[in-house]
Amino acid sequence: MAGARALGVLSRFTSRRYALFIGKILPRTHVNYEVKGDVAVVRINDPSSKVNTLSVQMQREMTEVMNEVWANNAVQSAVLISSKPGCFIAGADINMIQACNSPEEVTTLSQEGQKMFERIENSPKPVVAAINGSCLGGGLEFAIACQYRVATKSKKTVLGTPEVMLGLLPGAGGTQRLPKMLGLPSAFDMMLTGRNIRADKAKKMGLVDQLVDPLGPGLKSPEERTIDYLEEVAIECARGIVSKKIPLRKEKGRMQKIQDHIMSYGFVRNQIYKTVHGKVMKQSKGLYPAPLKIIESVKTGVEQGPDAGYLAESQNFGELAKTSESAALIGLYHGQVACKKNRFGTPQKEVKTLAILGAGLMGAGIAQVTVDKGVHTVLKDTAVAGLARGEQQVYKGLNDKTRKKNITSFQRDSILSNLTGQLDYRGFENADMVIEAVFEDINIKHAVLKEVEAVVSPHCIFASNTSALPIKDIAAASKRPDKVIGMHYFSPVDKMQLLEIISTDQTSKDTIASAVAVGLKQGKVIIVVGDGPGFYTTRCLAPMLAEAVRVLQEGVDPKKLDGLTTSFGFPVGAATLADEVGIDVAAHVAEDLGKAFGSRFGGGNVEVLKTMVDLGFKGRKSGKGCYVYQPGLKTKEVNPDIGDILEKYRITPNPAVSSDSDVQYRLVSRFVNEAVMCLQEGILNGPLEGDIGAVFGLGFPPCLGGPFRFVDSFGADKLVEKMRRFEAVYGNHFTPCQLLLDHANDSSKKFHK
Amino acid sequence: MAAMMLNAMRRCSLRPSWAMRFGELSSNNVFSLSVQTKSKKTLARPGVKNIVLVEGVRTPFLLSGTTYADLMPHDLARAALQGLLNRTNLPKDAVDYIIYGTVIQEVKTSNVAREAALGAGFSDKIPAHTVTMACISSNQAMTTGAGLIAAGQCDAIVAGGVEFMSDVPIRHSRKMRKTMLSLSRAKTLGQRLGLIGSIRLAHLTPELPAVAEFSTAETMGHSADRLAAAFGVSRLEQDEFALRSHTLAKKAQDDGLLQDVISFKVPGRDIVSKDNGIRPSSMEQLKKLKPAFIKPHGTVTAANSSFLVNTRHTHIQNDILIVSCFHPGRDFVYVSQDPKDQLLLGPTYGTPKALERAGLSMSDIDVFEFHEAFAGQIMANLKAMDSDWLPRHTWVGTPPMEKFNLWGGSLSLGHPFGATGCRLVTTVAHRLQKEGGQYGLVAACAAGGQGHAMVIEAYPQ
Repeated sequence: MAGARALGVLSRFTSRRYALFIGKILPRTHVNYEVKGDVAVVRINDPSSKVNTLSVQMQREMTEVMNEVWANNAVQSAVLISSKPGCFIAGADINMIQACNSPEEVTTLSQEGQKMFERIENSPKPVVAAINGSCLGGGLEFAIACQYRVATKSKKTVLGTPEVMLGLLPGAGGTQRLPKMLGLPSAFDMMLTGRNIRADKAKKMGLVDQLVDPLGPGLKSPEERTIDYLEEVAIECARGIVSKKIPLRKEKGRMQKIQDHIMSYGFVRNQIYKTVHGKVMKQSKGLYPAPLKIIESVKTGVEQGPDAGYLAESQNFGELAKTSESAALIGLYHGQVACKKNRFGTPQKEVKTLAILGAGLMGAGIAQVTVDKGVHTVLKDTAVAGLARGEQQVYKGLNDKTRKKNITSFQRDSILSNLTGQLDYRGFENADMVIEAVFEDINIKHAVLKEVEAVVSPHCIFASNTSALPIKDIAAASKRPDKVIGMHYFSPVDKMQLLEIISTDQTSKDTIASAVAVGLKQGKVIIVVGDGPGFYTTRCLAPMLAEAVRVLQEGVDPKKLDGLTTSFGFPVGAATLADEVGIDVAAHVAEDLGKAFGSRFGGGNVEVLKTMVDLGFKGRKSGKGCYVYQPGLKTKEVNPDIGDILEKYRITPNPAVSSDSDVQYRLVSRFVNEAVMCLQEGILNGPLEGDIGAVFGLGFPPCLGGPFRFVDSFGADKLVEKMRRFEAVYGNHFTPCQLLLDHANDSSKKFHK
Repeated sequence: MAAMMLNAMRRCSLRPSWAMRFGELSSNNVFSLSVQTKSKKTLARPGVKNIVLVEGVRTPFLLSGTTYADLMPHDLARAALQGLLNRTNLPKDAVDYIIYGTVIQEVKTSNVAREAALGAGFSDKIPAHTVTMACISSNQAMTTGAGLIAAGQCDAIVAGGVEFMSDVPIRHSRKMRKTMLSLSRAKTLGQRLGLIGSIRLAHLTPELPAVAEFSTAETMGHSADRLAAAFGVSRLEQDEFALRSHTLAKKAQDDGLLQDVISFKVPGRDIVSKDNGIRPSSMEQLKKLKPAFIKPHGTVTAANSSFLVNTRHTHIQNDILIVSCFHPGRDFVYVSQDPKDQLLLGPTYGTPKALERAGLSMSDIDVFEFHEAFAGQIMANLKAMDSDWLPRHTWVGTPPMEKFNLWGGSLSLGHPFGATGCRLVTTVAHRLQKEGGQYGLVAACAAGGQGHAMVIEAYPQ
């Protein structure tokens, strides 16, 4: 009775002890139906969760209900609808898949799902899926097995196949039905990117057949009434299909006919497979098996017929579910869910007015993610030009959303009315929180802290957006150190999901709770770490960048260095990353952390970075760094002038540790060792936050799931062995920390159980 | 299209023969005529000036593109103003101020009140201005006038509204306009040629006046359909109401009740003396129509929408004019709410407030004139007023249908945006007079999520 298998990114992770229910006749709690005239309205509602997932129980009850519907002679058609306002079906239950012990077991699950949906597809009584809210993964596969789909135009209504993001594929007929419905190009795009598709786009693509507008307040609440309305319309559609007023086969447009004709040539299809495969290989470097298996399953279905296609889909699904990549991605998904919760409770006072000091890239970026959440945002700078640039950045961010039709121009304007730009501290007495994003200099930080404390009310929190300065040093100048906290945003703020919050021994719990609440409102994934030089993220990145500089000094070209890092799975190469962070920032951090941690943070010569800064090569922001950046040009060339600098600081590489693979592990092992040391020293609360911080903040390869999961899957002993080899050449830069050694000595020790 | 004359009661400089047929009465002349069952004998308050509606007239409301097709908006306003002068025998310099409401402005006559007043032969010493507030523009014209009288600025005012849909300003695209403006500043031939060369075919696409709400980009019909669905108003209910409106309008027209309509000799055409949008049909015919906005399952059709609004439908409309002189009292309110989901709920919000201001209850009102933008909108408002929608303490109940829009409404007579308010007030006045009631209530919704409601009292004879 199992239904679809693949899961939606939103699917809730509820530990349901389904074994208990098997074999017993129990009242139905998840699926029920009501017969309205000649239409059976099947309602889905998981009482234990905010979202519906295709769990074992849900599928059992669904099968029972559908059997009754098919057996009931009074029923001519059925409508499938969720009683939850924001969710149709968010996917399959991830735990159900993870509970399987072998690929074969997962394959069986997939085949059961395929069978279930095949029965729906071949139903003699038309089934109309009435979609309101997320319809993802298995939920979408269910919907496309139905004869007709009606969806609300609500913002919450999204359709998609996010399985690929969890290292899986749509395993309940998705790879077979989508290409038939949408054509190869759209189907590939959907399944390979896993992106969410809004209802109006879905209608255009042919994924849904009819749209319903969400209703405003009326005799019932908008949510309730919208669901009722959707149901009414869906029932009409079901009757229309039975009476043949609504044709199920749509007249194909001319473009569609032409496209179909072109697609009927084998060589055209082959060309598509080849192009898509090439694109996937280019982007994933072959490190992710799921996209390749999706292409394979689709190809098998199209070229060898449905029997072979469904078999390939289920087998590939089984194989993928047991890969380390899938485990890593699912781990990240769980981590992301966990880091979207406030474990410090509800703050006493909600932040309604947030002031930001400094309208630079970071300050304006923070304003951008705050102002559209209904928080009154004050952006303060010291100069008109800086303020104007910052306000323009906020405007541009919102205007781009308007152009993409995510918001209307009216919404843009009304959001902007919440932003106040100013040069003085007027009105700061109303601020509930002040985030400073001024220049990274302890004296400037102290000066603004004192200025702020002179004008704000006593409950106001002072947050510092610093990437490396210890918060307790900043708090030293404060009259209220319990109200001082670090909020380390990543650039560009509107794109980077991570927020690293740093608490000191003196920071009060309520201050942390408030900072986390603000971060969550801004849509961030949050890790809360202890104080110390470089906190967690910067501290992990610094040794890796030091190693990258050494690699450059050893004569490796920046492009080659980028290639080595990206082929390991980093989305951005080390040299490009340095440019993005800013060479000046990197030099600054390297120097500071070098002082704090001593020779362990050595490696490359800091002078290389300093010389670059002196010459104005500050990275992307200055147009030149390791590369030359020209506006409008997508390709970038290596900065010819850094050759001389590197020549000046040339080191002769030791061939014993300079193979491509060795260079990769030199970079990664220093990163990982530092991360483990942060856990050892208590900077990190746990390995999960460590993994999330590294992946979402620094781009640690997602397929490895973060440094801690990497140690688990790669083997601490093997990693230590490699580090010892590097240590022999370079010294204490590669000395493994105690916790890593403990794991190496006892293979039963794992960071993730 | 519509004009009315307002006059301050106390210092009335007009001759009594045409003044005050309706209106509030001042405290010193309470007549025994007042119905005893009312919560209040009169709305008049001691020491406060009353404002009296003297007369209201309008040109016939015609479908757009028909007999008025070649006119300009101020022509209609002019006709109404002349009609008002004829009916009242008013000297041309007896009014102090003229105010008009309009929605879609003819750019050549953006202060249409002034152009019409000059053309109608009013003294050039009388100032005039034009106001706009979507479908309640002429309500705003009237209440602005009331404000001027109350403030002691003026004694007699003409207020009106005009809307002309047979011609609307269609603009060049923004890019084209920009090029054309730059062209006028270009100094050298090279610059000019460069600018002309920059024109692309796409720049020539014209820009039509928006039919959608600016803030939400949703058309009013679409919003009305969603509103009807939110309040569970069925297609049948809407069609029945539309049929009622047309049937009542036809009867009123046949019985000669629409006294505010004046005959108008259209230059180059015949004399027009009747509204031409009243078309009572049958439920069977109404049933056949397809939804006009939300397809295929919507309930708002061309037939159950006021035809002015529905510019996409075949018979577009109109052109009206009301001239009336008005009087309404202090007891009016303006309300506004969410322009997305509550766009058309103005009457629901405005009615309780206006009644509260007047100190009256729903049962005191003898005559109701609500603006019928859509049958679905009227039904939704009635359902909202009958539900827990409003907080209990402001609950006033619903207007009884036997007192409601008995001479037709915007659905059947037509809805020239800028003029409907004057028509509603004049109709209330005429109905109070005809039916012998004391209090009347006007309510209307407008784009932008705004609304208006006003209580009117019959002036005792």
